[in-house]
Amino acid sequence: MSRALALAGAAPDGADTRRRHRLALGLVLALLLGGLAGLATGSDGLSLRALWADLQGPDAALLIGHIRAPRTLGAALVGALLGLAGALAQGLFRNPLADPYLLGSAAGAGLGVVLVLAAASAGGVVLGLAGAAWIERLGLVGAAFVGALAGVGLTLSLARGAAHTLRLLLAGVVVGVMAGAVSDLITVAVPEALRGKQAFLLGSTSFLGWPALGLLATGLVALLALVGRFARALDALTLGEDSAASLGLDLPRLRLLLVLMLSAATALAVSQAGLVAFVGLVAPHLVRRAAPGPHGWLVAASAAMGAALLVLADVLSRALVAPQELPVGVVTAVLGGAYLVWLLKQRGAR
Amino acid sequence: MRRWFCSLLAGLALAGGAALAQPVEVLDDRGQALRLERPPQRIVSLLPSLTESVAALGAGARLVGVDRYSNWPPEVAALPRLGGLDDAQIEAIVRLKPDVVLASSSARALDRLEALGLPVLRLKSDSHADVRRSLRLLARLLGTPAEGERVWARIEAQLADAQARVPVALRGRLVYFELGGGPYAAGASSFIGETLARLGLVNAVPAELGPFPKLNPEFVVRARPELVMGAQREQAALRARPGWQAVPALREGRLCGFDEAGYELLIRPGPRLGEGAALIADCLQRLGAGGAR
Repeated sequence: MSRALALAGAAPDGADTRRRHRLALGLVLALLLGGLAGLATGSDGLSLRALWADLQGPDAALLIGHIRAPRTLGAALVGALLGLAGALAQGLFRNPLADPYLLGSAAGAGLGVVLVLAAASAGGVVLGLAGAAWIERLGLVGAAFVGALAGVGLTLSLARGAAHTLRLLLAGVVVGVMAGAVSDLITVAVPEALRGKQAFLLGSTSFLGWPALGLLATGLVALLALVGRFARALDALTLGEDSAASLGLDLPRLRLLLVLMLSAATALAVSQAGLVAFVGLVAPHLVRRAAPGPHGWLVAASAAMGAALLVLADVLSRALVAPQELPVGVVTAVLGGAYLVWLLKQRGAR
Repeated sequence: MRRWFCSLLAGLALAGGAALAQPVEVLDDRGQALRLERPPQRIVSLLPSLTESVAALGAGARLVGVDRYSNWPPEVAALPRLGGLDDAQIEAIVRLKPDVVLASSSARALDRLEALGLPVLRLKSDSHADVRRSLRLLARLLGTPAEGERVWARIEAQLADAQARVPVALRGRLVYFELGGGPYAAGASSFIGETLARLGLVNAVPAELGPFPKLNPEFVVRARPELVMGAQREQAALRARPGWQAVPALREGRLCGFDEAGYELLIRPGPRLGEGAALIADCLQRLGAGGAR
């Protein structure tokens, strides 16, 4: 967040700077409040009094320290990665409707998960229990990560690199459709995989623990640092590819790098939390509306916005029907969809 | 198991003779009457529990096609596979010229089959009482009305036997039964919950949460179940869940993990309900022998 503030401070225009300051402050507050709500939302719903009682109780370390804290922080990190990936995707495609899942990563991750689920189901017979348990452990997270990267890799190879926006987009659609079809075929053959697949498609923050957080945080910090280095090149890219090329940028390399960064962020996020919908699309939108700015700011603020959104969604998913819970992706989809409807109405009114 | 199968064969022979050529009429779960000129001789079942019920009622030989999930008794492996409830192969079913199609709740396929003139019987099986009611209803439909109560009496005997085998030290213990994929819990109001209650266990998931709620995992940690049950292949991952090391059942190794076939049997509300209870009792006896604290 301090990085976002620093980047905001670097912008020349006074009014814009103030807006960015305000947004940064608002995001910090939202994250703090969201974090508190996350800690206060247990299986009895959201209650500060219950949080206080839990903190005094014998299970404080277990309930707050080992369950709610990593879960809330994990939601923030996953949301941040998705926001970051969304901002990069929208910069890369120069299209505000671009989404980090466009490049085949979502479908690839889904296919990876279904393959592992099917193997584990059939594995009871084929692999024996030890093998099935091994797959289960290494399984879903690793498979989603590898699947997402493989999906993007396939997209890149179909598009022969990242040089052409339209090719890239089309290749992403093709990979998405094909991987989706293959995973559907597998679930028809091994219906036991269906429920696990559904859980993955809907997204979940239920089982985020400290080990996963280390991975997510490392990835986020590394990617933010990388984005910081290439922020100016990204700004140049938004001027149009000709201008960027005339500024002496190695466009194909830059675009490839962008694709790799955004897919790494997406793969990391979806491997831990499934296909959480809409955060990557909406977070950069909200930032651009509230306080537009150069890409360094945009990416960092989108990450913070994504974090705040997913923390909020996670709290709602736990609190609305406690002690049951809604899949967090359903909550983000409803929130994101409502936002887009509102946006449409605004545009229509003008 | 073998004895069971012999009685099935005996029942089959009986049923053949007893299937009177009188019209039969039953009310399905929507309250709609289904009237057939004579007990059906060609039956399609689109639900594994109904396939099993028909077989248990001694009419397995009258099955001419089943859904893709039906896998018991082993004889059904030889029958045509007709897809699932959601993607039933209409043409293949019609071609089989069944006298009746057995299925559960509503699905588009069923409306289509009815529109094509096939009698469809819709039966829900959400509880022990549903299983009993379905068995009675199917028995009447099959023209062997006495069979329904006979099969249910056997299930009852199996349940009672399983109940008696539960070690005293484990009676009244708090149990959490997990279904994979969500994960979902088998609550007290589910048919699995009914079996657990019959065995004298207390469900960690109260009835008011519904039969199969998708719970906040924290709920389970707080409930501190002393027994955890579910599919064996999913149990290795339980301990890795944040905070679950504190669950007494996991800490003390009081787990009932069922293999593929056993788990399938447990989550199927059909005539093998009693066998499912026996499986749980087997596990509880093992745990009891290991010295349950």
